[in-house]
Amino acid sequence: MSAASHDAHHAHDAHDHGHDHDGGAHGSLKDYVIGFVLAVILTAIPFWLVMGHVLPTNQMTAIAVMGLAIIQVLVHMIYFLHMNSRSEGGWTMLALVFTLVVVVITLSGSLWVMHNLDTHMMAPMPHDMREVP
Amino acid sequence: MAHAQTLTEAGETRFHLTEDHHPENGTLLGFWIYLMSDCLIFAVLFACYAVLGRNYAAGPSGADLFDLPIVAVNTALLLFSSITYGFAMLSAQAKKVPATLIWLAITGLFGLGFLSLELYEFHHLIHEGAGPQRSAFLSSFFVLVGTHGLHVTFGIIWLVTLMTQVAKRGLGVEMKRRLMCLSMFWHFLDVIWIGVFSFVYLLGVLK
Repeated sequence: MSAASHDAHHAHDAHDHGHDHDGGAHGSLKDYVIGFVLAVILTAIPFWLVMGHVLPTNQMTAIAVMGLAIIQVLVHMIYFLHMNSRSEGGWTMLALVFTLVVVVITLSGSLWVMHNLDTHMMAPMPHDMREVP
Repeated sequence: MAHAQTLTEAGETRFHLTEDHHPENGTLLGFWIYLMSDCLIFAVLFACYAVLGRNYAAGPSGADLFDLPIVAVNTALLLFSSITYGFAMLSAQAKKVPATLIWLAITGLFGLGFLSLELYEFHHLIHEGAGPQRSAFLSSFFVLVGTHGLHVTFGIIWLVTLMTQVAKRGLGVEMKRRLMCLSMFWHFLDVIWIGVFSFVYLLGVLK
């Protein structure tokens, strides 16, 4: 009986031990520094583009700003949040991909529907205006 | 404890698992899924701003209101707080309690700096008559940026709580797990801020 309880205790130790080395989702100093430097560069460029009126048209600036934002989000995901396809056996990546799909549907759907509503909305007639309280 | 002990009729002791093995890092996966749902909240608020953000109701536009140098300082504060939290995590892995506490405190100060600048900006806008009730643009702006600010506020409260716990109990397994959760939360807020400063402020200043 005592041997059995000793075994159980040992199993418990192994269990805890497994938790101590969880996942390997920790960054190194190098990761954080690389991520930080990239993030600073990717933040400075869009502010410079907008504040210095560097590009000829506003549309080009807008596209550049959004493009750099997407790259910076990826940098944060990789170097600060330590995302990779292996962590948690791929479940974090799966949740992320699912979220991205829902986010894209939400954003593009809202803009599409609301833009359609906007263009189909008629300007109010003088007759209608009198009815408005 | 997943192990149960039974005595079979023959009298020998057997062990079996009464439940599946508890997945390592289950808390972190769960917290990640919480963050993804939080991401959806922000996606909806961004969609709201994208739809309403140009309806000024003859009021001020982003180009009239936004002060980019303040936004740049705010962005820098949040970015610095991200890397100092990273240093806190590295210190925690090396089991250095004082270093962890110092880095966490610096992170908290950067967070407080960010919040006070944001509150100053909000106060300034409302004082100028550009409060949330002025136009659809300002309503959606205040909801989006305010929700992010609320997240940072709760992050700071959480940070102070964890600092107290680390100071009292040291850096055990469960304390590292808690620090890891806050780490994900904090970096996630920085990711959301990238969207805010790019989409709301920088594109808002462009006419």
